[in-house]
Amino acid sequence: MHPIIKLVAQRLALGLLLLFAASILIFAGTSILPGDVAQQILGQSATPEALENLRRELGLNEPAVSRYFSWLGGVMQGDLGTALTNGRDIAESLGTRLSNTLFLAFWAAVIAVPLAITLGLLAVRYKDRWPDKVISAVTLTTISIPEFMIGYVLIFFLSIQLPQLINGMEFLSDGARNWMLSNLRFSSVALMNDSMTLIEKIKSITLPIMVLTLVVLAHMMRMTRAAILNVMQSAYIETAELKGLGMLKIIRKHAFPNAIAPIVNVVMINLAYLVVGVVVVEVVFAYPGMGQYLVDHVAKRDIPVVQACGLIFAAVYIGLNLVADIVSILANPRLRHPK
Amino acid sequence: MNDQLKHLSTRVAKGLMTRREFVGRAAALGVTAAVANSMLATAAKAEGPVKGGTMKIGCSGGESTNTQDPALTASEVPLYNLRHWGETLVDVGADGSIEYRMAESVEGSADAKKWVFKIRKGIPFSNGKDMTPDDVLKTMQRHSNEDSQSGALGIMRGIENMSVDGDNFVVELAAGNADLPYLMSDYHLMIQPGGGMDDPGAGIGTGPYTIEFDEPGVRHGFKRRDDYWDSENRGHAEFSEQIVLNDATARTAALQSGQVHMINRVDPKVAGLLDRAPNLAVKSVAGRGHYVFIMHVDTAPFDNNDLRLALKYAINREELVDKILRGYGTVGNDMPINGGYPLFDDTIPQREFSLEKAAEHYKKSGHDGSPIILRTADGAFPGAVDAAALFQQSAQAAGIPLEIKREPNDGYWSEVWNVQPFCASYWGGRPVQDQMYSTAYLSTADWNDTRFKVPEFDEMLLAARAEIDEAKRKEIYSKMGRMLRDEGGLILPMFNDFVGAVANNVGGYEDDPNGPLMNNKAPIKCWINA
Repeated sequence: MHPIIKLVAQRLALGLLLLFAASILIFAGTSILPGDVAQQILGQSATPEALENLRRELGLNEPAVSRYFSWLGGVMQGDLGTALTNGRDIAESLGTRLSNTLFLAFWAAVIAVPLAITLGLLAVRYKDRWPDKVISAVTLTTISIPEFMIGYVLIFFLSIQLPQLINGMEFLSDGARNWMLSNLRFSSVALMNDSMTLIEKIKSITLPIMVLTLVVLAHMMRMTRAAILNVMQSAYIETAELKGLGMLKIIRKHAFPNAIAPIVNVVMINLAYLVVGVVVVEVVFAYPGMGQYLVDHVAKRDIPVVQACGLIFAAVYIGLNLVADIVSILANPRLRHPK
Repeated sequence: MNDQLKHLSTRVAKGLMTRREFVGRAAALGVTAAVANSMLATAAKAEGPVKGGTMKIGCSGGESTNTQDPALTASEVPLYNLRHWGETLVDVGADGSIEYRMAESVEGSADAKKWVFKIRKGIPFSNGKDMTPDDVLKTMQRHSNEDSQSGALGIMRGIENMSVDGDNFVVELAAGNADLPYLMSDYHLMIQPGGGMDDPGAGIGTGPYTIEFDEPGVRHGFKRRDDYWDSENRGHAEFSEQIVLNDATARTAALQSGQVHMINRVDPKVAGLLDRAPNLAVKSVAGRGHYVFIMHVDTAPFDNNDLRLALKYAINREELVDKILRGYGTVGNDMPINGGYPLFDDTIPQREFSLEKAAEHYKKSGHDGSPIILRTADGAFPGAVDAAALFQQSAQAAGIPLEIKREPNDGYWSEVWNVQPFCASYWGGRPVQDQMYSTAYLSTADWNDTRFKVPEFDEMLLAARAEIDEAKRKEIYSKMGRMLRDEGGLILPMFNDFVGAVANNVGGYEDDPNGPLMNNKAPIKCWINA
């Protein structure tokens, strides 16, 4: 068998094992949180009788171990079950939320990843000169500001101040102002539903995409810069320079391919973050993604939903790490053709 | 009233002038803000409701775990949902009187033990069937039978028997209760076809709207019903949409940028600033809800009344209203009743902040000087951690060793509240005194979170409940209030206002002390001025 196929098979098997372990951890973790779903649903208005009736109906009186295995049995057959809190089919609600999360992560990545790498390359090209310093300063600033703060700042300027500014531009004709008002509209509420067209959807998430881009940019940019600078010390770069190649060409043809492995690793970590770590951005922009969905259900101790979300998040992490490993191997001739 | 002012008020109703400008002009003419506001309400009414459009409300208090089942409704977003598609037998009006909805009249026996609700005829559910007294009976049964999971189970407990008699729904009580009609206004008790026994979350009721889309934790959409029975007064907008915005800044931003018409729960810290925005008005109404620090009177050291009094004197109420509520509230008097309740006795003296008295009672209590631990969390009430810190400072100035233990929000209501002997908490008000007292201060109450168990108090409560003579009732309630104030485990520094904000193009808004945003009915009672 080809060593790469073998490696992928091994990793996948290991991944499944990890998922299983994660599901046990999540179940145990949610179970030891204080209170149960019945108490959380009824809240301050719970009477002992109502609690007992609700627990009986939800099957909470069963021992924890048997609840876990009946859940596991369902998952093995592809049945995620229904939410304890509102009886909705988990696969269905999760499907919408997951596709929203992936949609946002995808568009943020489409913008952030090429931008970060390009900026990283430019920073190397102009190392220690002003473009390098400006790029580092700006991206390090945006990564240091909490993401909700960036969100609020963008909302303040783009959603609230901008329309007022346009309204105040009396030197423009009404037509021009109306055109600007309708086209330069940054919605502070990132609504998402099936009846919207792709363009409407992307417009609706403009601000969240901007926030996420600003948040993940620095990490990838700095890694690109560091990895390439590392390679730039090598003898073959010097050779290339002596051959008379231009700086950008050296970076592109000689340095970058050899710096891919660490860059891909960082890109994957950031992609994973875009999928599983954006709950704060979801809350600020009221975006119906998986983060808020998970947090709500943890707060209500709705174990089947927490389990399902946990599995998906774990799978995303494991999957992206697998991709990073494979790309690193493919990018390295010594690993690609082992003796 | 001054003609000029009248003219100005219609200008506001038409949206030609902001409310603030009007109040300013009115003040210049020597009219108080309260009068000016009530003139505005009249003017807005005279303009008449505008039909059509889409009413959007940005609302906190929604989770992706929400359901449409009225029995399991405990937070604000599901409550707005219920108001869209459902109605109760009666409502409590803004003035505290009973407003008839599914019942067209109600009559109680002389001993207040038997109550007959005459049910309206010819009112269709959104599934096309007419609502019958039998549906009413089944609804009430679902909230009170043995299998009930309802949040209303507590208030249904005193009912001995329910039956249908022709067009009437009859309730018989074990002991007289003159306030029974008020209990039937509870939002859990939305009348559903067949009581909602088969499909409690179907969202079928007699309200002005039907559900268009239902995405818990995200948004809920409603369409007006053409066959709604009371379309003159409710259900003006063609569509109504509720967007869940749990983040306070997201809510204010959405209102400021015109993406929603109204928002609930404006943070008092920003209310003053928000009110300066040109296209909206902050609406605050004094309610019956209150923020409290509760002590278990049966647990040491709180079983000593002098210690309790020491703590009550050591809290600076004015400062809390000022700094925690930013003035959007009123000081409390260590009893859960204020002027918002019918039959309130306003001659009960206000407890004042006094370090000397606090020190004196503390000394008298003979407390050994060990730390007194107050548990608090951000989720106990907005500003609870800061309020506890202020309390600690003033208590320490009186020589009371008060210490704060900050608890996590998560699990606060199951692990700390009603479990630990001294903690921060809040109460929403109830429409009548009886309900407030029986919910939390009767010996046998489920949520007796101060462990206040005094037979004399219980007797007075039961006597007042069955007393038809209002003057006598008022006297009994006054005694009960004083007793709780001087002996209870409740430190009640402040009553909080409901603070919301409404865009200027919304008509029909009126203050309602029963709950936030017109007791959660603003989306169905207001309209959008074109």
